[in-house]
Amino acid sequence: MSVSARPILVIGGGIAGMTAAVEAAEVGLRVILVEKEAYLGGRVMRTHRYFPKMCPPSCGFEINTRRIRQNPRITVHTLATVEELSGHAGNFMARIRVRPRYVTGQPSLDDTVAEQLESERDNDFNLGMDRTKALYLPHESAYPALHVIDRDALSETDAAKLTAACPPGAVDLDMAEEELEVKVGAVIVATGWRPYDATNLDHLGYGRCRNVITNVMMERLASRSGPTGGEILRPSDGKPAQNVAFVQCAGSRDENHLPYCSAVCCMASLKQARYLREKDENARATVFYIDIRTVGRLEKFYQDMLSDEQVSFLKGKVSVVEEDPASSDLILDVEDTLARETLHPQFDLVVLATGVVPNTADVEIPCELAYDEYGFVDGTTEVPGVYAAGCARHPCDVSRATKEATGAALKAIQCLYGGV
Amino acid sequence: MADKIGVFICTGYGIAEALDIEALSKVATDDCDAAYCKTVDSCEGADLDAIIQDIEREELDGAVIAGISARRYQDHRLPAGVVVEKVALREHVVWCQPPGEEDTQMLAEDYLRMYVAKVGKMACPEPFQPEEDLDKSILVVGGGVTGLTAALEAARAGYEVRLVEKSARLGGWLAKQHLSIPVSPPYRELEDTGVAALMSEVEEHPEIKVYTSAATSDITGAPGLFDVTLQTVGNDESPPENLDTFRVGAVIQATGWRPVDPRGNLSYGEVPDVVLNVDLEEMVKAGGPLTRPSDGKEVTSIAFIQCGGTRDPAHHSYCSSICCLTSLKQALYLREGSDEAKAYIFYEFIRTPGQYEDFYRRVQEDPGVFLTRGDVTDVERDAQGQLVVSASDTMLGEQVQVKVDLVVLAAGMAPNAADGEAIRALEDAKVAAVEGDSDTQRAAAAAKVEELQHHEGTEILNLTYRQGPDLPALEYGFPDSHFICFPYESRRTGIYSAGGVRQPMDGQSSRDDATGAALKAIQCLEMTSRGEAVHPRAGDRSYPDFFMQRCTQCKRCTEECPFGVLNEDKEGTPLLQATRCRRCGICLGACPERIVSFKDYSVEIVSSMIKAVEVPDEFEEKPRILALMCENDALPALDLATQSRLPINAFVRVIPVRCLGSVNVEWVNQAMSVGFDGVILIGCTYGDDYQCHFIKGSELANSRGENIREKLEKMAMEEQRVEIHQLQIKEYDKLPGIFETFAEMIEDIGMNPFKGM
Repeated sequence: MSVSARPILVIGGGIAGMTAAVEAAEVGLRVILVEKEAYLGGRVMRTHRYFPKMCPPSCGFEINTRRIRQNPRITVHTLATVEELSGHAGNFMARIRVRPRYVTGQPSLDDTVAEQLESERDNDFNLGMDRTKALYLPHESAYPALHVIDRDALSETDAAKLTAACPPGAVDLDMAEEELEVKVGAVIVATGWRPYDATNLDHLGYGRCRNVITNVMMERLASRSGPTGGEILRPSDGKPAQNVAFVQCAGSRDENHLPYCSAVCCMASLKQARYLREKDENARATVFYIDIRTVGRLEKFYQDMLSDEQVSFLKGKVSVVEEDPASSDLILDVEDTLARETLHPQFDLVVLATGVVPNTADVEIPCELAYDEYGFVDGTTEVPGVYAAGCARHPCDVSRATKEATGAALKAIQCLYGGV
Repeated sequence: MADKIGVFICTGYGIAEALDIEALSKVATDDCDAAYCKTVDSCEGADLDAIIQDIEREELDGAVIAGISARRYQDHRLPAGVVVEKVALREHVVWCQPPGEEDTQMLAEDYLRMYVAKVGKMACPEPFQPEEDLDKSILVVGGGVTGLTAALEAARAGYEVRLVEKSARLGGWLAKQHLSIPVSPPYRELEDTGVAALMSEVEEHPEIKVYTSAATSDITGAPGLFDVTLQTVGNDESPPENLDTFRVGAVIQATGWRPVDPRGNLSYGEVPDVVLNVDLEEMVKAGGPLTRPSDGKEVTSIAFIQCGGTRDPAHHSYCSSICCLTSLKQALYLREGSDEAKAYIFYEFIRTPGQYEDFYRRVQEDPGVFLTRGDVTDVERDAQGQLVVSASDTMLGEQVQVKVDLVVLAAGMAPNAADGEAIRALEDAKVAAVEGDSDTQRAAAAAKVEELQHHEGTEILNLTYRQGPDLPALEYGFPDSHFICFPYESRRTGIYSAGGVRQPMDGQSSRDDATGAALKAIQCLEMTSRGEAVHPRAGDRSYPDFFMQRCTQCKRCTEECPFGVLNEDKEGTPLLQATRCRRCGICLGACPERIVSFKDYSVEIVSSMIKAVEVPDEFEEKPRILALMCENDALPALDLATQSRLPINAFVRVIPVRCLGSVNVEWVNQAMSVGFDGVILIGCTYGDDYQCHFIKGSELANSRGENIREKLEKMAMEEQRVEIHQLQIKEYDKLPGIFETFAEMIEDIGMNPFKGM
């Protein structure tokens, strides 16, 4: 059997991409992993805990980064995007653009330098809910564990200060963008997802009512490394949230927004209700749903939540959220589908279960690939040499994404072995 | 063992500002007898390259780099054949201690001593190479969609496959289906199942050998070396006979599922026109007009009752994932047969995740399909032979009754699996019920036999493993991975489950799962042939060595190994199956005779680190606390804590361990005898939602606590001097408090009375 010496290109360094890279490399193949952010781990790194075990993503991430660190067959490019992909199965050429980090890692820095700076930037890791210095570690468990400089945010004074304070060679403020051309044999598309833009959900109060947040923001609020140090505080006055509404299908299963079901939001909201309950035994949560979709063994999590008297479930779609000007509380307009009556319950925080949008909805992979009308890669149309996994294919949870990534690694290997 | 050891001390990272580097260098050369000591600016980039050059030029066989955490290295950059250890002066000293203090300096010097001592005892692992050639073929058990796909995908990558199916035909449930739910855009129309093409591809593939009407009667050995015996599936006329024997390297269990039998539920089993979804599928597949079983009347109306036997707390409380989609599909079968036909679907929740929602919407648009939430309370047969379905709490009204020709229960999926560990426990209980030492013990064992009796004769794989003949099962009997991020984390190395046996899933998901499992099987073959461990210590080339002359056949290692690596003979002697090993070191922790060691991890190596610590005498009032911390969660947590500049008690000396289960009581003993005042063990969370990647390592450490308490008692010491904690990475903020509280307690009870003796 002749094995192509060409590596596998994995686009996307989230949980699916990391998994595909590690699984293929451990078989013995070379892998080039390309991630557009400054760190690996993608969306799951912003997740406080996984359902249903309520364990932190950093636990598995630690093992995966160790597997990457110890494997000489994996090359990681962060701050990188694939700009062009030409050729065919077994013989692709990829053009990769690598944006400057301005930090070399030779040697690495610590936060004592950053603390001396005045320039700040919005912390995108915490979804803009707080700020970091212009020299920052993307998040506490970042891999690679290297700081980044936001060059636009860095003032001239701070630039001078940095140069003086850092060991020689540690920062390079003139670092240029790089372009690499690599020959690869197969491509794995693991470009993942982004949350549906909640500003489209004006009727549900997002952007209009201060105490309406999204489920991804809730993950950051619950996390110790989030903007509130792990306290679930409402944005308007910083008071602990005690009476929270979870609005399911906020945009999903809605012809005007995302017609499909985003698959993970029911479990995500139940899990977040548990965050709330674990932090405050008096807090109450109400979940407004069309269907509770806790498939497979995840059903147990729902059954367990049913026995919590402080958590209630109401079948009905929320049509409008308004803010009470005096209290900044939220008043919902919701039709109770079973009782067939309209209700106007009041809450101090509303969490919108916004859905999953494939990143390929905006930026297509620069090669021939079939998509469905929502921008998900159509996994059933075979394109030799290119294989998609995880949320690039459909909304799915971590366990599903990693199993598909493992399978995609095999498809890529078959391609290199000349079996396809 | 390394004897020409070099020490590299970084001065960057704030280290030179916090520590007396000259004194530190003196420790290396004078106290530790290092052959070579050098200060360097950093241990990254070009500075690391220079260190590597020095190691090679000076022909060192061991090196200690005192700079940044071991978690910051790409180990493959370091020279092969040289033992290199890293001291995290930055993370474990500078970031968490006040600069320039005496205690800070003592801490750094101790770490240097500990790691030089460690390197002195370590050797580079040599990959395990068995005497026989490793086999790289794969056995797939089960010939349904998962097994067929796994076989084909592995074969397409060039691996030889043997596929075993217990029934006479391949195809499983998929072959019994009329059509498939839509899996391709625009996700609205039913599709061909694709099973015929899949089956013929498998049958024609030169790398795949298919056995039907066959089952595995024995699988002995280990990854790369599994010896398989196949038997024919017997019946009343002909008992099973041996069919073939062969060797494979890895196994995929794709034994699928069976419908949950809802007998007694809503007249199923009493009224012939109440059928299961799988029955309806076969009725439609048979072709011709759909008629009802009782009188052959053509079916023009069907009531589908969701969760027929599942999501019932008393029965199968999980959701079977695919029944909603199946009922929607089957409603269309009926509707496509006749414009007048009516389908009623009673559900609590419709579960059509992802793009399947489009299919749900398409069915909702059909005027002949009536979907309503509701609890079906009763199904009765009226005088005309029609079935009357009563439902309450529906969206159509409080009480609804519909008359239909046929009722279809959406039966759930139960795994075709056996619980290997339960079967073993049953065998053990049977023996204990007869041979127990007392009446009480025999009675307890008899009760256990009663409780586990239903596992009798359920074997599927028939593995020759100390821990039982099949994979261990998780909740509801699914032999799944326990880990969200590692869906193929098998507890029997080289044996992977996939498809409906692992969890309820649809056809497309089963295909994906099969492909993933095929990759894992191939990966195991390749890693094993390189002498490497598979996940989670992927790439580790060490393996345990048993010094058998001192074995007392106590069976602790064979019983405690979570992966069933050790078989045992009649006397209880452990028989190592090295390629099953995951290198957690739990056997090392279990062994009272200390006969288990790895080249780079052993009782002796860790003891040498403990002994290297300079323990001040009791009048200095500087207690010493040994922290044995799991390198998977607790140690990264320490790095995170110090990165946040949380202070760590300066009297603590940390030693990373592979797993808390690898902690040998001897280390506690050793620590106490050299004058440590307390020992703290920090490992992963255990219990139902355990996070220990070696399954029960941290739990074992806890249960072995009894041994530790006995040791302390023998030494006339307070049992509080040893504490065991569980910690998740993200709970790093608790670490300073854990240490501080422990140190305060030590202060209360006083110093180790044997200090300095």
